[in-house]
Parts: sequence; C-alpha cells; structure tokens
Amino acid sequence: MKVGTVLRPALVALLLALILRPEWFTPVFAPLAPEGGPVIYERTSLLSLSLSHLGIVAAASAAATVVAVTLAILVTRPAGAAFRPLSRSIANMGQTFPPVAVLALAVPVLGFGAGPTLVALFLYGLLPIFENAIAGLTTLPPATMEAARGIGLSRWQRLIRVELPLALPVTLTGIRLSVIIALGTATIGSTVAARTLGEVIIAGLLTNNTAFVLQGGLIVGLFAMLIYDAMVQIELRLARRMGL
Amino acid sequence: MSLQGPWAVLSAPGLLFAALGLAALSMPFMTLSANRIVAGDGVLAWRVADPSATLPGLAAIVAGLMLGLPSGRTRLHLAGAVLGLGGVLWVLMQGASALLDGAGDYARVSPSVGFWFLLVVLMLLMADALAAMTPRPLLRAAFLAAALVATAAILSSGALSDLSVMQEYAGRRDAFRSEFLRHLGLAFGSLAAATIIGFPLGILCHRRSRLRNATLPVLSFLQTIPSLAMFGLMIPILGWVGTTVPGAQAIGIAGIGFAPAFVALLLYSLLPVVGNTAAGLASAPAAAIEAARGMGMTPRQRLMRVELPLGLPIVLTGLRIVLVQNIGLAVIAGLIGGGGFGTFVFQGLNQTATDLILLGALPTVVLALVAAIVMDILVELARPTQTVTQ
Repeated sequence: MKVGTVLRPALVALLLALILRPEWFTPVFAPLAPEGGPVIYERTSLLSLSLSHLGIVAAASAAATVVAVTLAILVTRPAGAAFRPLSRSIANMGQTFPPVAVLALAVPVLGFGAGPTLVALFLYGLLPIFENAIAGLTTLPPATMEAARGIGLSRWQRLIRVELPLALPVTLTGIRLSVIIALGTATIGSTVAARTLGEVIIAGLLTNNTAFVLQGGLIVGLFAMLIYDAMVQIELRLARRMGL
Repeated sequence: MSLQGPWAVLSAPGLLFAALGLAALSMPFMTLSANRIVAGDGVLAWRVADPSATLPGLAAIVAGLMLGLPSGRTRLHLAGAVLGLGGVLWVLMQGASALLDGAGDYARVSPSVGFWFLLVVLMLLMADALAAMTPRPLLRAAFLAAALVATAAILSSGALSDLSVMQEYAGRRDAFRSEFLRHLGLAFGSLAAATIIGFPLGILCHRRSRLRNATLPVLSFLQTIPSLAMFGLMIPILGWVGTTVPGAQAIGIAGIGFAPAFVALLLYSLLPVVGNTAAGLASAPAAAIEAARGMGMTPRQRLMRVELPLGLPIVLTGLRIVLVQNIGLAVIAGLIGGGGFGTFVFQGLNQTATDLILLGALPTVVLALVAAIVMDILVELARPTQTVTQ
C-alpha cells in the first residue's frame, strides 16, 4: 500500500504531462526519432485523442454492462432458466474469439470508423460481465435469501435490495476485465479509422518513428494501469464495506 | 419450467433459434460484387440460383430448424443442426457458381449477413444440444475431429472455390502456409517459453509467499497493458538489445519482426502460468499433504507425487488461457512485421478487401476455438476422478 501512495500520484502526473505537455519530453524521445523527423506527435492533440479513446471505451462498456446485467438477471429467473446452459456456452465460446478478430469481422458489416469499434467492444465486453453477474447471482448465501423471503420481501424487492447488492463485487470484477479488454481493443481500433490513441502508435509504426510508438504506448499503458488500479481499489473498498 | 400448458412440448431455445433462423433467411444470403474492393449487392437465399437448385437446401434449413423445436429431444436437435448446416452449405455451393455465371471476369461472390447469421444460429443449436448431452472427454474429441475432417474435406473438395475468400486463398497458397506456421510458432513458442520460465517461478511462489506477493501484482499489471502498446514498446527495447548485445542480431533479435512479437506474447503469458501453477499447488488438500509428510516424503517427493498431480487441472487451465489468448494476440504481430494471420487481416484492412480480412480472421477464430476445446478436454482428463459431479 505504501508503494501505491507514492507511485499513484507520480504516475498520474506523468500521464497528464505526457498528454498535456508532450513537448517537455522532447529530449527523452529525440534519440528514438528518425534523423530530422518529428519527435513529438503533433498531427492531432493528444488530449482529444485520449478523450475520444476513453469516450469509446466508456460508451461501449456502459452499454455492455446494462445489457449483460439485464440478461444475467433474466436467465437467473425461473422463466429464463431454459436459456441458462445456452447462454453459458455462448459466453464460454465467445470469449475464445480474439478481440482483434471480432473487430476485423465487424468491418465488413459496419464499414470503417468508430462504429465497428464500438460494436466490437460492446459485443466482446458483454461476455465477462455476463459471466460474472451470473456467478454472483447464482452463488448467493441461501440463509440470506431465506431471511429475505422470511421478512416478506417481494421478488422484485429481493432482486433490488438483496441479490444485486450481493452480486455487485463479482459483477464489478467482470466490468473491470471488460473495460481493460476494451481499452486494448480500442487501441487497435485506429487501424479501422476510429479516433483513438492507437493512431499515435500506428503512425510511428508506419514511419519507423519509434518516438511516436513509445509516446502512444506509454500513454495507453498508463491509462490501462491506472484505470485497472482504480477499479481494484473500488472493489476492495466495496468488499470491505460489505464485511467480506 | 419455461413454457407452460400445451407449449411445454416445445423447447424455448428451439423456438428462439427457429424464429432467428427464419428471420436470417429473409436477409441477403450472398453478395455479388463487380470486383474484390467495391461493395456488392445482396441476394436472398432463394434467388442465388435456379429455384430447383436451391430448394433442397432451403428445405433442409427449415426442416433442421423445426427439428430443434421439440422439448428435451437433444439427439433430434443435434440431427437438426447437422441437417440445417448441410442445407446452408448446399445453398452456398449452388449460389457460388450460379451467381458468377456471366457476371464478368473480376466479379466476386461472398457469403453475406444471412449466411453468417444462419451459421451462428445452427451452431448454437448444435452447441445447446451437445451441452445437454454432456459427452465424455473422448467422445467430445471424436466430435471435434469429425467436424474438422468434414470442414477440411469440404474446403479441399473445391466445392466452395468460387467464393471470394477462397480466391484470395488461391492466390496466396504459399503465403497462407507460411503465415499459418508463423502464427503457430508465435502462439506455441511463447507458450513453451512461458512454461519454461513460469513453471519454476510458480513453484517458488508457492513455497515463498513473499515472492508471490511481489511477483503476481507485477505480472497482472503487465497484463493490463493494451496489446498494441505492448508490441510497440517492445520495438525500441529489442532494437536496443539487437544493436548493443553482441551476437543478439545473429540469432534474429531486432526491433521489428518475430522477436518483439514473441517477447510481448511471452510477457502476457507469464501471469496465467505462474498464477495457476501457484494456485494449483496450493489446492492440494491439507490432509493429503499431512499424509505425505507422515509417510516421510521429502518436500521434493511431495511436490512430484502429491501437489503436482492434484494441481494439474488448474495448471493446465492456466495453459489453456495462455494458448487461446496468444492465438488471438498473435494477430497484432502482423502490424509490426512479425507475421502470422494478422498479416492478411491488416493487409485486408488497408486495401478494404473484406475477403482478405476474412482469410486472416476466420482461421484465427477456428484455431482459438479448437485450442480451447482441446485444452478443455485435457483439463478434464487430468482430473483425478473421472466422475466429477457438481
């Protein structure tokens, strides 16, 4: 924990500096740039690329969360039980699909741009959230459920006040997995013309400019680490509050 | 429990599949375009060829979907799925040659939304039936082998060689072969390297909890780094190694190509291997360890005869995660000159040639699925007792 309290603000500061004041890093990146070539990516502002990247991830993950949790609730009700084995095997098999392949296969159907990226992120993001939400909703402590029934809660009240809160930590883990995969896949999304930070890396790869590659890679990597860490902290706090 | 009254004779998923399947039939089944780049026009399933030619296939599709309807008849569902897939294939074969007839030298036909949708629906019907039958591992392996042999036979028979994706293949037969081998080399090579490094590290982590607490968080942070960034970051690092370490270049270490892709995949592979090895060894029941100690086994004997055999399924699950993950991630290698199926995917994206994208993406998906199924079978075979009841 002590390492975290020092490291976290330092990494946030580094990330902000990389995005807002990239010119500060010119001496660091200069040896990596081709001779006479640009050292700092200036074709578009890194801030707008970052915002667009995070926006795509947030939109896809939010939609995936809503749909996946709804589906998980449906198949864990008695009326939807017939679909549970099927939905399980879809989630299992679906997760073996490589995210890049999902992205590439979305292009023929949806064309280039942010559209296929959003759809691929959404579809792929559904699976871990769905799987974890089901795990959460089907492993509730029987005594608690019995008590909820005993004090006369209706099915709806049980769902809202008991089942969903108890399933929340496990569901959050699924959302974290899905957000991290989405961040990575969105980076590749720039190969299908979505405006994401991958653009910087790809530009570097195309012009043999390692300075660009390192810049883009550092920003995306720092984003992923910090978001992962933040979500783990939220999960820990929640678990502590629930006395787990 | 889902459907009540007279409807109880029908399977709820079966009804869903039938509805989706019939809806898919009303979407364009194939696309005819003037060349490999331009967007084409969709053609409905019953229009792809002469009605007398498509009718048997369409009848088989509808009959297959209907066989999925009765509740609880899993074998019938399986038969329906096979029949339906046969029908889809029949219509595709008829359509491929009929649509190209007189359409010009550069014309291309490809399967369209309706085809892919029907394929998914029928595969789900099959998966649902197979899941309900819970076949034993060896029978599952036989099913997989049969499916692979059938696919290979259909592809090599030339019945589908008029399809655009097969024409892309025909022009790149040698490249396909070498990229396939390269893809396997990347995925399995990094798995092997990760096992050689990660397995001993996992054993050490199991023995020393301080090492474990220091190693696992670092490895899981490595795993969060987006793949494109990781592959990109490897370029300057390995480029530096290639130019400064004597002899490194001679064994192929350079900033671009196979080496950075391999190292990136290796780094992603370490967490599942180390984590699952440690977790697997820790999963041996305390009573078994106690008994082994009581028999006078040395720590080494305990490891080899008790902890490892009992933890094997969890260790293998780690390898499954790595293999499936690496097959998918190896696609990114195509962006940094590392080869593999990604080469076709990104070439296709650059040329907006849909079928070239498919030529790279479809084999990757199939490879990942097959790897997942095979590893699942191995995990199940490694369980100490064959009758796992949960």
